[in-house]
Amino acid sequence: MDKNINITLKVWRQKGPKEKGAFETYQLKDISQGSSFLEMLDILNEQLVNGGKEPVVFDHDCREGICGMCSLYINGHAHGPDESITTCQLHMRKFDDGATITIEPWRSAGFPVIRDLMVDRGAYDKIMQAGGFISVNTGGIPDGNAIPIPKKDADLAMDAAACIGCGACAAACKNGSAMLFVSAKVSQLALLPQGKVEAARRAKAMVAKMDELGFGNCTNTRACEAECPKDISISNIARLNREFIKAKLQD
Amino acid sequence: MWLLNSSIGKKLIMSISGLFLVLFLLFHMSMNLAAVFSEEAYNIICSLLGLNWYALLATLVLAAGFIIHIVYSIILTLENRKARGNDRYAVNVKPKQVEWASQNMLVLGFIVLGLLVLHGSQFWYKMMFAEIMGYHEVTLGSAVVSPQDGAAFINYYFSNIVNVILYLIWYVALWFHLTHGFWSAIHTIGWNNQIWFNRWKMISNILATVICLGFAFVTIAFYIKNL
Repeated sequence: MDKNINITLKVWRQKGPKEKGAFETYQLKDISQGSSFLEMLDILNEQLVNGGKEPVVFDHDCREGICGMCSLYINGHAHGPDESITTCQLHMRKFDDGATITIEPWRSAGFPVIRDLMVDRGAYDKIMQAGGFISVNTGGIPDGNAIPIPKKDADLAMDAAACIGCGACAAACKNGSAMLFVSAKVSQLALLPQGKVEAARRAKAMVAKMDELGFGNCTNTRACEAECPKDISISNIARLNREFIKAKLQD
Repeated sequence: MWLLNSSIGKKLIMSISGLFLVLFLLFHMSMNLAAVFSEEAYNIICSLLGLNWYALLATLVLAAGFIIHIVYSIILTLENRKARGNDRYAVNVKPKQVEWASQNMLVLGFIVLGLLVLHGSQFWYKMMFAEIMGYHEVTLGSAVVSPQDGAAFINYYFSNIVNVILYLIWYVALWFHLTHGFWSAIHTIGWNNQIWFNRWKMISNILATVICLGFAFVTIAFYIKNL
């Protein structure tokens, strides 16, 4: 049964990208376990604003686990202690009465802190702009069933396409590597006939951009797939390696 | 050059050099096993690997393999620390799927390297290197033996319990290093998918265990022989 709990929050506060940050401790009373984690933060911010203090800045948008906007490293886990969900889908019933909850921003050189818990994930957009698309001419829309696609490939492509680009992979990686994200984006297109046309150029361009933006080198520790809210498999990373090496050897 | 500049290229260098070293380990282990059954046979192998151009060339290639693997491990680790950033998590929990070895490959590598230096000074330095320097006899404790008498070296060093324990620690560190290293190398080349993932991990564990037990068997057998 959900009940009301009292909790202690240790929240990372940082005024700006260049400022030095530190943890602040807050007490919250009578938080319903039925509320979501972000609702709990809304209550905290209301309390702060009413007390004349600056609210905690954090990213959020759809609050239904599909936009990839929410982040937060909660008690040592990207997107909190629950598995296969984003922070916005996390509920307070995962925490006990009297618990201390540590909330940190994504910490990775590729994601500089903007303020408090909000980080700049523009690097992922830049990687997408480098090649995470297919080039098509505008005009009449071809019939979806005109191109036969094996069920297995369609399923694998769909699994890879589940990536919402939230950045949990790079945040959880001890190497600050964005390989799970890049591999999912390369895989979802490389598996399909429409994406195969530009597969070589895409793999090279996206990996080059990833390296340029200062993300680390993958060492296959699998922390990314464990923390991924969409359960993206690291077999995608093997596919990216394959696509990249193949493309380079063809040059 | 993509092999040297891109992240995947650098990882590929780690992967290929690592796999090459695994092949060497398998060869070295098979060679050692011969010593348990026949010291004469082992000495014939030792003389084949003594002072001749093939063996010298192979030694240089092997040394290059080690150096490349070690140099790139350091380059990649430094780059990764930089990519991680200066701020560390105050609370960070290791997910249960994450193998301990996978996050400590550099440390394990340094343990392996440290004991490799000991091993080189005990064996290679007094065997092949002594021959290169033109010595036909070397001292082992109070005895004087031929640098090609490999069996005498094994008997001498493995009769000492301190050496035996150090070598066993070496094999265990190697076991951890290989359980992650082998499948990770295959994964980096791109020869992996959802079906082969568990197969490669199992092959990794078997390979690491065979290599570790093979070396340990010879070490312990010679310790018992010399009790």
